[in-house]
Amino acid sequence: MSGASSWSFREEDAKRIQTILSGFLGESNARTALIVDRTGQMVATVGEAPAFDPTAFASLTAADFSANDQLARMLGESEFGALFHQGERESMYLADIARRVILVVLFDNRTTLGLVKLRVKAAVTQLTQVFIDMFNRDGTNAPGVESEFLGEAEDEIDKLFGA
Amino acid sequence: MSMINYASREINCKLVYYGPGLGGKTTNLEHVYNKVAPGSRGKMISLATETERTLFFDFLPVDLGTIRGFKVKFHLYTVPGQVYYNASRKLILKGVDGVVFVADSQIERMDANIEAMQNLYENMTQHGYDLTKIPFAIQYNKRDLPNAAPISELQAALNPGWPVTDPMKQRPLPDPYHDAEFLVAQEDGHWVERAPYFEAVALTGDGVFDTLKGISKNVVKTLG
Repeated sequence: MSGASSWSFREEDAKRIQTILSGFLGESNARTALIVDRTGQMVATVGEAPAFDPTAFASLTAADFSANDQLARMLGESEFGALFHQGERESMYLADIARRVILVVLFDNRTTLGLVKLRVKAAVTQLTQVFIDMFNRDGTNAPGVESEFLGEAEDEIDKLFGA
Repeated sequence: MSMINYASREINCKLVYYGPGLGGKTTNLEHVYNKVAPGSRGKMISLATETERTLFFDFLPVDLGTIRGFKVKFHLYTVPGQVYYNASRKLILKGVDGVVFVADSQIERMDANIEAMQNLYENMTQHGYDLTKIPFAIQYNKRDLPNAAPISELQAALNPGWPVTDPMKQRPLPDPYHDAEFLVAQEDGHWVERAPYFEAVALTGDGVFDTLKGISKNVVKTLG
């Protein structure tokens, strides 16, 4: 592989993730669950729609997790599998999935960290399997973009960035 | 390429601006932020020190619009240039789809440029990426300064080229951005490929969009 490893995310993947996370949100009483990939891209959002800018949120989450990964190594740990950020009203819990994506759980005082941690374990196990299946599949039969895509994308680049 | 999201019909491409400290990476992003229509860009995030030096990264998402049913977005990142921030610099390269190296043209900054370029190659290699195989462009910034080194010297130091071993690619490839220059050429009996380069004055915006257009078109080509 010369560049970044590629993977695609399909409708059926979204449905499997939606099912797992909806179940988890119901059991834990958390507000929102998000999946962010480690390069800083939002993959999926389930539950209450967040009021913040999801793109910015995803890039900061990935940076946060990566920085903590390095801190873990400095302590002689291979990783911190989970992180917790506590606020006065809103808190977030982050968990690694298959070393490629991050599950972010947003919750408020309608639930507790203990309940979120208890319920998240099963969700992490199921999600890990979904993503491992997804990564193993890729490169074999990814649908790709249409052939006209390239020319139209170049036109849009000229329009947006000045011809 | 990082990810095509068929569920949300989105394609996100990650472009990273790399280079020595105070070379103009953040200024590039600021110019893009100020000039692109507000509806086509998101919020710019800067994780900087109190003295405005980039501590972790700057981030600017730019929306190309919907093409053939896919929302295409470019995520522009800068890295901190200062030597001692290598840990955070390396993290930002994860999943990169295209790299712009912003060089400082001033003669006094030649060593800093070379050091940053070597650091880029090292960090890419540690991620398992090959800089000669992904979209890569060099921007020679601060061309307006009186102590700017000639392009030929900068090219020799920072963009000497890499050997072309694939026989299919061993033919002259004209540089679309410079007349009578080549990106692939035969030199002393060997085929050599260079990264495309752009001259810029990021403070005034000269060359900023030429660079961005060049790299983003090359990144889009990798999607096909």
